[in-house]
Formats: sequence, C-alpha cells, structure tokens
Amino acid sequence: MSETMETLPRVLLHQAQVRGDQPAIREKDLGIWQEWTWRQVADEVRALACGLAANGFKRGMHLAIIGDNRPRLYWTMLAVQALGGVPVPMYQDAPMAELAYVLNDGAIVYAVAEDQEQVDKLVESLDEVASLKHIFYDDPRGLRNYEGLVALDAIQEQGRAFDRAHPGFYERELAAGKADDIAIILYTSGTTGKPKGVLQTHGSFLMVGRAGCAFDRLGPRDRVLCYLPMAWVGDYLFSYTQWLVAGFSINCPESGATVTTDLREIGPTYYFAPPRVFENLLTQVMIRMDDACALKKWMFRTCMSIAKRYGAELLDGRKVRLVDRAKYWLGNLLVYAPLRDVLGLSRIRVAYTAGAAISPDLFRFYRSIGINIKQFYGSTETCGYTCLQDDGDVKLDTVGKPAPGVELKIASNSEVLVRGPMLLQGYYKRPDATAEAIDMEGYFHTGDAGYFDDAGHLKIVDRAKDVGKLANGALFAPNYIENKLKFSPHVKEAVAFGHGRDEVCAFINIDIDSVGNWAERRGLAYAGYTDLAQKPDVYDLIRGYIEGVNAELALDPALSSSQVHRFLILHKELDPDDDELTRTRKVRRGFIADKYRILIEALYAGRASQHIETQVKFEDGRTGMVSADLRIETVTTYPAAAMRKAA
Amino acid sequence: MADVGRSTGEVILKLERISLAFGGVKALTDISFDVREHEIRAIIGPNGAGKSSMLNVINGVYQPQQGTITFRGQVRRDMVPHQAAAQGIARTFQNIALFKGMTVLDNIMTGRNLKMRATIIEQAIHFGRARREELENRRKVEEVIDFLEIQHIRKTPVGRLPYGLQKRVELARALAAEPSMLLLDEPMAGMNVEEKQDMCRFVLDVNEQYGTTIVLIEHDMGVVMDISDRVVVLDYGKKIGDGTPDEVRADPVVIDAYLGVAH
Repeated sequence: MSETMETLPRVLLHQAQVRGDQPAIREKDLGIWQEWTWRQVADEVRALACGLAANGFKRGMHLAIIGDNRPRLYWTMLAVQALGGVPVPMYQDAPMAELAYVLNDGAIVYAVAEDQEQVDKLVESLDEVASLKHIFYDDPRGLRNYEGLVALDAIQEQGRAFDRAHPGFYERELAAGKADDIAIILYTSGTTGKPKGVLQTHGSFLMVGRAGCAFDRLGPRDRVLCYLPMAWVGDYLFSYTQWLVAGFSINCPESGATVTTDLREIGPTYYFAPPRVFENLLTQVMIRMDDACALKKWMFRTCMSIAKRYGAELLDGRKVRLVDRAKYWLGNLLVYAPLRDVLGLSRIRVAYTAGAAISPDLFRFYRSIGINIKQFYGSTETCGYTCLQDDGDVKLDTVGKPAPGVELKIASNSEVLVRGPMLLQGYYKRPDATAEAIDMEGYFHTGDAGYFDDAGHLKIVDRAKDVGKLANGALFAPNYIENKLKFSPHVKEAVAFGHGRDEVCAFINIDIDSVGNWAERRGLAYAGYTDLAQKPDVYDLIRGYIEGVNAELALDPALSSSQVHRFLILHKELDPDDDELTRTRKVRRGFIADKYRILIEALYAGRASQHIETQVKFEDGRTGMVSADLRIETVTTYPAAAMRKAA
Repeated sequence: MADVGRSTGEVILKLERISLAFGGVKALTDISFDVREHEIRAIIGPNGAGKSSMLNVINGVYQPQQGTITFRGQVRRDMVPHQAAAQGIARTFQNIALFKGMTVLDNIMTGRNLKMRATIIEQAIHFGRARREELENRRKVEEVIDFLEIQHIRKTPVGRLPYGLQKRVELARALAAEPSMLLLDEPMAGMNVEEKQDMCRFVLDVNEQYGTTIVLIEHDMGVVMDISDRVVVLDYGKKIGDGTPDEVRADPVVIDAYLGVAH
C-alpha cells in the first residue's frame, strides 16, 4: 500500500479525494436520516483536530471517548489520530468504579462525552481521577448550567479559526503520523481481573481492515449499521477501520431502543451481531407466528421445512434438483423474502456472528432463509481477526480457516497460538501481562483451546485452562460437551467430568419451565424440581437427548472419546447463591467437583443410585437441607468408526 | 459544575379570591395565589381538596362564580379552553386523554392544531401552504419526540403502550403546542420509582430548556419538594398554605391536613 495511506486519518483524506461526494456517514436525527459525504467528514475532522490542538492537545496524548455511536464521536477518534494522539473509547454503560479505573490507568487528560448522562459520570469521577482536565461534549441538552465544559461545536469553531491562523498546521500533523504509531487503546472487558489496555498500531489495524475487505469483497456500495459499543474491537474493526478502508457508509441509529427499526430502514449489506441478537430476532418472529392465523401458520411451517432441506445448499452454491429449486423459489416468494424484509436483513451479503457458541438450529435457520451468516474468531489482542469462514465454506461448529496473514498453531496443551502483523504491541503499562501473553517466538497465547478438523477449519472447544485429557490421552473439553448438552431446551445446566478418567460422565440440571411444560402436556404429576428431576420419564427424555449428542461426538475423531457414558440429574438447581455458579452463570467446576464428590464417585463406580444430602441457601438468607436418592443411568455410546459408515 | 440555580421572573398569572361552586358544593373558596414566569409551582392537597378544579379554572374549563384571573396583565372572567390554549397554556390530564387508536406521532401532531392555518381542502390535497406547514409542524413534533426520548414508539398506537409511556406522550402533546405555561395534572401518578425519576428529569428539562412555566398537581411529596420552587396547599377547597417547599413542610396546619390530627 502506498506510503501516503499508512495512518487511518490519511486514508480518510484519500477517500475524500476519490469519492468526496458519496455518503460516508448517516445519522437519524429528528426522524430523518442526515447524511455527510466523505468530503464533509474530512472537513469536520479537520476542524475538530485543529480545535483540539487549540485547546492544548498534543502528539502522544490520550483522549477518552464515551457515548453511543454518534458521527461526531467517530470524527473525534479520527481527529485525535490525525494529531498523533491516542483515542481511548470506553464502554458507555460501565459502572463508575471501572470507568474511574480506566481513566486513571489510561492517563486521560482529555475526555469527550456524548451527553449529560456521560458528562455526569465524568464529573463524578473527577475526585478520583486527578489527571482529567478537559471535558468536551456533543449533545448540549441539559448541560446549560454546567461550568468548565466545552461543546464540540465550540471546539470546531475554535478549530476553524486556528486553522486559518496556522496554515499548513493540519497537513504537517497528518504527515508526521507513521504506520507503527499507536492508533488506539482498547480496554478488554475484564471478565478476569482488572481491564487491560490493548495497544494497537495504525499498521496492524489497516492490514486487518484491508485483508478483511478483500476477503469479503467489501466496497463503497456497502452499508453498515454501527450500533455496537465503540469501545469494542468489533466496532472499531467493522464500522471504523473497514469503513475508512472500503469507503462504504456507516449509519448511526437514532437511539439504542430504535435499532430494529433503523436496521429495516437502512437495510445493511454487511452486518455483525452476537448470537444473542440473532436469537432475539428469531424469538420475536416466532411469537408473532404463534398469533398468526391457521393458513399463515401452515404456510410458514411448510415453507420452513423446504428451506431447511435446500436453503443452505443453495446458499453454498451446491447442486439442487430443479424441482426443489422451484419449491424454494416459491417459498422465497411467500415467506423467506418477506421475513428477511421484516428482520431488516433483506440486503445482507455478509453477516457475521461471534463471541459465544451459536445454537445449530439458530444458525441453520438464518442460512436456510438465505442470509449468509458466517462465523469468525478473534480477540482485541489480534484486532478481532484470526480465523474467518469463507463464502460457500461455512460450517456450523468451526470458526473457519486462519485469515490471510495469520500464522496459527496449536500448542501441546491444545491452546491456540497466533502470530502475525495484527498482534498487539503490548498491554498499556503492563509489561508483566504482555510477557505472559506473548512468548519468545512471538506467538500470542489466546487462552482458548482448539484443534483443526479434517478440512483445516479451526474448532474452538473451550478455555485452555479448563481443558484436560482422558486416561487414554484424548482431548477432554468440558465446556464444549456442556454447550452441546445445553442446546437442548430441556437442559439448563450441565457439568461434564472426565479429566484423568476412562470415560466422561455428566451432571444435568433440567430446565424446570420447559420440562415442567412437557410433563404437564403428558399428564405427568410432580411436586417440584427434586421430584420432577427423578421421574423415570424425565430420565428417558434426557437420555434420548444425550444419545443424540453422543452420536454427533462420535462423528468427530478428536472428540469421539468424549461421549457421555453415564449421567445423573441433580436434585437441586445449581445456584450462584450456593457458590456453584459465578454471577455471570458460569459453572464453577472445582467447587462442584468438591461439593458433590460422593456423586462423582457413584457415577464412576457404576452404582444405580446414590443418596445425598445438600445444604441450600434460600433467597432470604436462611439455609435448609435437601436430600434425595439420585438415579444414575447409562447412555448408549457409539464407536467412532461404525458411526461413520452409518452416516 | 453542579446543578441548577433557577431564576424566576415576574408574576404572570394572578388568581384573586377565586370561588367555585357546583350547586351547593363549594369546590373552591376564596383562593388567591400567583405564578411567576419560569417557575415550577406545585399545588398539593388531600383527595377532593380542589386541585384539579383549580387547574380547570386556570385554563377555562370551569368559570368561577367569584374572583379575578389576571394572565400577563390581562384580566379575564369568562374564558373557554381554546382561548387559554391560544394564549399559550397547555395541559395534561389526570386520566390520560389521548386517542388510543392513533400512533404516538399523530397524537403529538394534534398538539400542533392551533398552529395550522391551511384550510381543510388544502390539507386534503397536501398542497402549497398545507405542505409547508406539515413539514414545519412535523419538525417541531420530532424535536419534542427527541426531547422526551420516545423515538422508538413513534409509530406505535398509543393504546398498546404501558401507562408510564402514555403519560410521557401526553406531555409530548402538550409540549408540541409550544406553551409558555404548562399545567400538569398528576404527571407521576401510578408510576414506579424509575418512571417517576425520568418524569422529574423531563419536567425540569422542559422548564430549563424552553423556559416554560409549570403548574403541577402532585401527590408524591418527595417529588414536590425536590422540583418545585413554591407550593400551594389546598384542603376542602381552601388555601391552607403557600410558600417554598421548606416553609410548607414546616407549617403545622399543612402537617395536620396531610397526616391527620387526633380529634
């Protein structure tokens, strides 16, 4: 790439020159989509940058940005980078303590806030954050009586005057930027310990942006809805870096609550959402289908069963018989196309999901109605870019092949290691953490465990620290098995055991709503959770489901030893109040193994039942005892090879 | 950098010796008080004290048998509600009075009715003046929608909305008329704590941003004490207290009326 385009603000300048009159950014304001062209954006950024300079902002300084996705906040990011400073976007819903921590850790002197709500948080943090001296804001509403704040309007005003008084200043600043300057500090969300600031350069993000655009053939005609938190690497990659590189338009929704409406109005061609969002969209559709008339219901059911059979095949460009094509065409006319339209996804060319395991049904549903949803894998430390699924090469349970320019290998403990130009420069002010994450050979340790399947796709199975080995040396990834079990609506929680053992056994928590409903429909009377959990019929239900999971596992040579041999349904629900789950509802493996040692022994000893007494804490803080005789059942397992032939 | 210091201006509304009776029932007896420009003036009192009647007198729904009302220097006696509206007085109601089958947007648009000059025929063919007006009015309505943060329900029929949001829509309709004085009849009744907080913020914002004078009836004493500049206390149609929240709170007569006395 040419010398002149080695920093993000210079890429902006390039876009303003080659497509100055085309829309760069839109924002819905007062019910109408307002539009700025690339040339206008370049002008606004210039005024902002000069304004910041007039207020004493210098090369190398950090500026915090906090708020929803607003055009002016994106421009601020560019303006800061144009001056050789480093923007530090922050999560707009972060609690006070975390906000103050990041402001201090990031040595923030300047901060830009979207509105009164964010300004209030910054003002409140002033006591703890000595370094913070300047607060600027975008939306003036309610801020009339605050002192010592400056509106971005005023900053731009000052900037235009400063620009006139110092001709050539902005050009010199732009020219001074280099590819290996730090472009941004993105704080990791900090599920483990304090948030860490990840340092990334212009060079790495530009490389990733360009490679990603080439991979998915993104160009100036694409449209993106930018609704994800600006502090998250995904937003910085999809609606900032790739926006600048590809020259498409980004669209800021009116407010967080209007995203679904805005999605429909904009009709993005390129879309990212975590699995949760896709799930919510589908749930809304299903609820509305339940209220539809019988004819519509019948039409929906019939068409969806056709879509299930041929939709994904057609999307992948595989051969489908003409008569089936005709059926799908009709289904598209009657159901899929209107449905895509309602979802706001009718123009989608490429949609990505990542961040959590997506349920197979959900994934298949979207692909079957012709939405090209794919998966990728990446983290803040790798610019959100490690593995990608290519069009026509999409698999349900992998994250695709290593992306162009990425070196990837699997360590002996199954941990995924990556190397390449997209790696972080380090954690800000944390050489210890940096040394821990990046080894001597320059590989970044992702902390995730995975392996390559036959087709060379990476499959992420678990966090590396949870992964163990069975007695025969095969990989044991408890999370992966548990997730598969939990895809059943009847299974609420699952805990798999197997490290150092001959076979895998599991505890199951049934979902009381879903199984309760199932029992009611069959006229099965029960007194409560403990009673329902021990019904033979319920055991049959769950066993049937686990057998299905076993059959799937048998297909995978790396995991066929991980089939669940024996299981029991726990007599109580795992609960954060009893320390069995974390507050974010993750299983606390070690604690559970300790507390229910007697049950694990019974599972592996092959007993048919086991008596247990457990102390439970009620919501009001009182404690009580629950005791039960738990049934233990054996599940059919499948030999790996035989299953192959049968399939 | 902290919070507001409101400055209130001249007296713009003056009620003198107002008495209102329905047959033998005396709703209001000999009540006098005033409202200053830009202030938030609360009217409180137990059920049946005559609070809503007072508001109805101010905007001309009821004609008091005695007393005078002076609004912006003009003394008036017999007035009808649309004259009050034309003079810049808008209100919301205790029992929400919206068109349930119409969208939020259309409901708020009705608040602009007085600003429309085009004839019904011009409006029907959406031509010339009607078109210009429509655009201008819609813009104003959108500003109000933005102000009250109800963009996400713009196209939703009002009947489908939860109570708290309907209250907000009603406020939006009143604001759309660009009133100089806003009468709010129990804007926070039946709301949960969070909705109340939101509503308080909006009332304060309206007052600050547009300089609107606000007269409100409210039961929640916390709210009244927090946001109002001066409070009138009514009991059985008589005024028993008038002053700043602190003065009123300390007044033994008011305490008796509110908490009851041992007889």
